[in-house]
Amino acid sequence: MTTTTLTTMTSAGLRDRRRNALREGWLIAGRDVLHWIREPWGLVFGLAFNIMLILMFGFLFGGAIEVPGGGGYIAFLLPGMFALTMLFGLESTVTAMADDAKRGVTDRFRSLPLSSASVALGRAIADLAGSALNLAVLMLGGLLIGWRPTTGPAEIVLGVVLLLWLRFALLWLGIFLGLSFRGTGATTAVQVLVWPIGFLSTVFVSAETMPGWLGSIAQWNPVSATATAARELFGNPTGTTGGWLADNAVLAASVWPLVITLAFLPLAASAYRRLRR
Amino acid sequence: MTQTPPSPPAPPAALDAVGLRKRFGATSALDGFDLRIPRGTVHGLLGPNGAGKTTAVRCLATLTELDDGSASIDGIDVRRHPAAVRERIGLVGQTHAVDEALTARQNLMLFARLSGLSKPRAVRRSDQLLATFSLTDVAARPVSGFSGGMRRRLDIAASLVLRPAVLFLDEPTTGLDPRGRATVWQAVREVAAAGTTVLLTTQYLDEADQLADRVSVMNQGKIVAEGSPAELKRRLGGDRVAAVLADPDRLREAAGVIARAAGAEASVDPDTRSVTVEVDDGSRALAPIVRALDAEHLAVDDLTLRRPTLDEVFLHLTGDAGDASELHAELEVR
Repeated sequence: MTTTTLTTMTSAGLRDRRRNALREGWLIAGRDVLHWIREPWGLVFGLAFNIMLILMFGFLFGGAIEVPGGGGYIAFLLPGMFALTMLFGLESTVTAMADDAKRGVTDRFRSLPLSSASVALGRAIADLAGSALNLAVLMLGGLLIGWRPTTGPAEIVLGVVLLLWLRFALLWLGIFLGLSFRGTGATTAVQVLVWPIGFLSTVFVSAETMPGWLGSIAQWNPVSATATAARELFGNPTGTTGGWLADNAVLAASVWPLVITLAFLPLAASAYRRLRR
Repeated sequence: MTQTPPSPPAPPAALDAVGLRKRFGATSALDGFDLRIPRGTVHGLLGPNGAGKTTAVRCLATLTELDDGSASIDGIDVRRHPAAVRERIGLVGQTHAVDEALTARQNLMLFARLSGLSKPRAVRRSDQLLATFSLTDVAARPVSGFSGGMRRRLDIAASLVLRPAVLFLDEPTTGLDPRGRATVWQAVREVAAAGTTVLLTTQYLDEADQLADRVSVMNQGKIVAEGSPAELKRRLGGDRVAAVLADPDRLREAAGVIARAAGAEASVDPDTRSVTVEVDDGSRALAPIVRALDAEHLAVDDLTLRRPTLDEVFLHLTGDAGDASELHAELEVR
């Protein structure tokens, strides 16, 4: 056998395997769609909760909140809520992974002749689709209460892409957590943890209104980067009067998720392999 | 060196495991586990909780990595070619690994499509499996409303999509009611009748008795006895006569009376107020015991004659290591 045929065979084999992983991931994600159709309440309550947060902060607290640099609070809040929704999506990833592992569904998948990437890929497709749907509904709701993107289509699309990019990065963190800490413990921990992470950001208030040290922490929160970038790209008030993050929000919102992905994608893969131990 | 004339190679066993070892931290889950299952047979793997049954199944089904030993399914090495092995096995784990929110048909379609079947073929195979396991009537209902037996049957159906060479069933009837148990037993018989090799783990002697051609008894990570159910039962002692005393204060006295009447040692369990004696022929031993108890005016609440329970089997097999290995040797010779 010559080197050429060997190479051809190998690359053909790889192509085949990738196509299988995509097909299998797609099938596994289809299971989630059936879940949404059959039991839509989880999805509906998740959405209702986000809408409640918007109404609560927008109208209950919003009147008392002044946005540094000017601008209306609703216009400031909505892009922040979009970013927060991406963070909250982490919970559903962890829950789904932990539930499947606990119920033996993951083992059933693992006993099938599947590509090793399929299970994670299925989770990724389903969760991205779920978060995109969530985002779309929030945006429509935002339009109803007076939020308006004021920029061109290219900026708006980039804003949406950066939001989903954060969600994509958090997928791997979620898969890693769900596989590593099986049982209900992981879900509870994440449910509790997303709150301080979400609030210790510029989602609800500008970092400039916080004590200096707290403001720094909030500014370096990846959720803040995405929130600020979304505000900028949608032409909404950013709540900052200057500083590195204000000037480089889009860069930060591109790099943070990349860092998270580079850190947790290998960890998620090794957690999946560790199931064999 | 002499040349032996070439003979056609014997077909590999459906499952062949030699010297499997697996440790989890300080505990040794598999400690020299050997098992060989000829094609088309049902093999029962019997053992108490923690004996290593599930670990053995998970290792053979490529879910857990072995530390040592060699295993093959249909002649294919489990450690070297796990992907190829997965195409030849079906696994029904202890948890109901079917999707609660999906219907029976949607579950089967998912696993059929994931196994690589095209949509029309997946539909046909799902219909077949639903019919085989008496699930056609409930095919469109979500699994969350299913009884334990129905779930388990669907679970078995889902693992048969690709007509595996070996089907692993890990305690398929644990937690089921008697009716559910009976329907699952029927399902397993149908699988076996279709020629699929089955490895079944169970805690119940009667389940192995009902379903298995051969049984291996497992304890502390290895096989301690192997044989047909009849062979095992024959070796595992005679009948038991158990008397529950009305007066707990006279237990010791009753034990002496029963032991003398039966001509064997009697054991006392104060918790259940019972005296148990092992006899060769229960029907003949019963009358002298009753007469002796009556003569001493020892009132009994309950008097039973029964086959050994699994607990006693294990005590018998594992209480004395020398005894167990002796038994193993004896059964192997047959």
